[in-house]
Amino acid sequence: MARLSRQQYAPGDHPDWEPPASSVGVLGWLRANLFSSWFNSALTFLGLYIIYLVVVPLLDWAILRADWSGDSREACSSGGACWVFVRIRFEQFMYGLYPSSEYWRINLVAGLMVATMAWLTVPRIPYKRYGVVFALFFFPVITAQLIGGGNFGLSEVETTRWGGLTLTLILAAAGIVAAFPLGILLALGRRSQMPIVRAFSVAYIELWRGVPLITVLFMSSVMLPLFLPEGVNFDKLLRALIGITLFQAAYIAEVVRGGLQAIPQGQYEAADALGLSYWKKMGLVILPQALKMVIPGIVNTFNELFKDTTLVLIIGLLDLLAIIQAALEDPKWLGYSIEGYLFAATVFWIFCFGMSRYSLAIERRLHTGHRR
Amino acid sequence: MSENSGRRRPESQPIVQLQGVHKWYGEFHVLKNIDLSVAKGERIVICGPSGSGKSTLIRCINRLEEHQRGHIIVDGTELTSDVKNIEQIRREVGMVFQHFNLFPHLTVLENCTLAPIWVRRMPKHEAEEIARQYLEKVRIPEQADKYPGQLSGGQQQRVAIARSLCMNPNIMLFDEPTSALDPEMIKEVLDTMIELAETGVTMLCVTHEMGFAKTVADRVVFMDGGEIIEVNEPYAFFDNPQHERTQLFLSQILQH
Repeated sequence: MARLSRQQYAPGDHPDWEPPASSVGVLGWLRANLFSSWFNSALTFLGLYIIYLVVVPLLDWAILRADWSGDSREACSSGGACWVFVRIRFEQFMYGLYPSSEYWRINLVAGLMVATMAWLTVPRIPYKRYGVVFALFFFPVITAQLIGGGNFGLSEVETTRWGGLTLTLILAAAGIVAAFPLGILLALGRRSQMPIVRAFSVAYIELWRGVPLITVLFMSSVMLPLFLPEGVNFDKLLRALIGITLFQAAYIAEVVRGGLQAIPQGQYEAADALGLSYWKKMGLVILPQALKMVIPGIVNTFNELFKDTTLVLIIGLLDLLAIIQAALEDPKWLGYSIEGYLFAATVFWIFCFGMSRYSLAIERRLHTGHRR
Repeated sequence: MSENSGRRRPESQPIVQLQGVHKWYGEFHVLKNIDLSVAKGERIVICGPSGSGKSTLIRCINRLEEHQRGHIIVDGTELTSDVKNIEQIRREVGMVFQHFNLFPHLTVLENCTLAPIWVRRMPKHEAEEIARQYLEKVRIPEQADKYPGQLSGGQQQRVAIARSLCMNPNIMLFDEPTSALDPEMIKEVLDTMIELAETGVTMLCVTHEMGFAKTVADRVVFMDGGEIIEVNEPYAFFDNPQHERTQLFLSQILQH
């Protein structure tokens, strides 16, 4: 290096040099991020020590010393985690109180769901437009027919027997699919020029954001039937779904409004000047940009919606968490709540993490270079 | 005068007509009794100090701004609050903005085909063919598949011009099209506009480019304080301004 740097070049003749070895590669990264000063080095070691303190006992308990096989609590004698409990109850956690002879119907829906998700999410698979139509209109009908039964020679299974992860996913998926478009409409309404539309949107959003979801669920399950005329009675699950949808739509509306406000006035004017009507302007120019901008916020709301579905346990629906809690009450398995809750947390985490990774992938795909 | 004499005389039928137009922003009176009639094929340059209402004036012509009194008649249709009328007029009036206002989520080609496909209901392949022709005309056919964010300011403004032209407008409005550009990019945009002027499209152009006004304009409109102070042919306007405010303005911008 010393020899090179003393060498003189005529102006304009300087060749490109390699960067110094200490600033690139693994070594460069370590130096820049973990050991940039004595204080940061100390923090790095402290951090590693804390990770060691937490992770090692956890792994030891949850995996190394855990009991996996057996069919009663007598099998759990090692002092580690007793996964036997989860294994024995696994079908119930997944399918709720659904009759076991009909599990194949849920499995079929799950398979269909995975296939549809792949259709929508894997960029290489074509005909995305039909995929969206299928997912939004046909898939829910097929799901309702298959799981609910009652037609096509399938025995009817009442919604009170739906439960476990199946119910959680149904609530979350239906809530997301219904709340998203409603939220967008409310956001547009709140920015509308028309005073009545705007007033309605503002009132709606502020009303629903001002009450806890638990209240909404109580209202829908306990109070709503009091107001309905005699004989009119619709399903508790459906009522919960409507409650969740209306509630989350208000949150989505505010997230989307944030995106709409970030779009420069010039975009509206350019679309207007080209003669696009209001709905075309919004659908083709404004919303694609606004929604892209608020993907993190939208996914955040979806994430919350997914986890908030656990609140349906207070109106007697047995979602994943509720059914795990019910299983913990079983005298044969008293004392294994850590395993149960850890299992629930892991399942929820897997789905939420999946959502967030997918949203990152969309953000990357939609990135079209810096704005002007 | 020699450059001016070769110009085609504008036809008599006005394509844009403003009669006694007034506009207020709240209490502020931005446009005061504007009378202007523009013949088909005429090229008008509007200049004036900032805040004089010149941008507001041309933005009223495609109803990006609403006028409160007077009449604006564009291509035989009067601008009222009737949405049908407004959309019809906007289809026939192209506009180029100071900040380009390209759609950043669409490619250059998609920017150009959006309105023909969705407003004119043109088949996609036909719209793309036309878009490529206009991109060729503004000399950036090779950028068709890039996104606006990847282009320079001058290129973006030429895309914006092509985007407007794809709608095959009778009237083109330019709102300070070169004011946001670096000096070396101004020329490429002005050259494009000069070529466009030769095609016979009606142009109303708010600009400070006096060289452009001299080369292209049939008439120059000078505005100050929300009023039209003076309208004249470019050489008479620059060589022999009548009103003292015009003289002051010209002395200020031509000093350098």
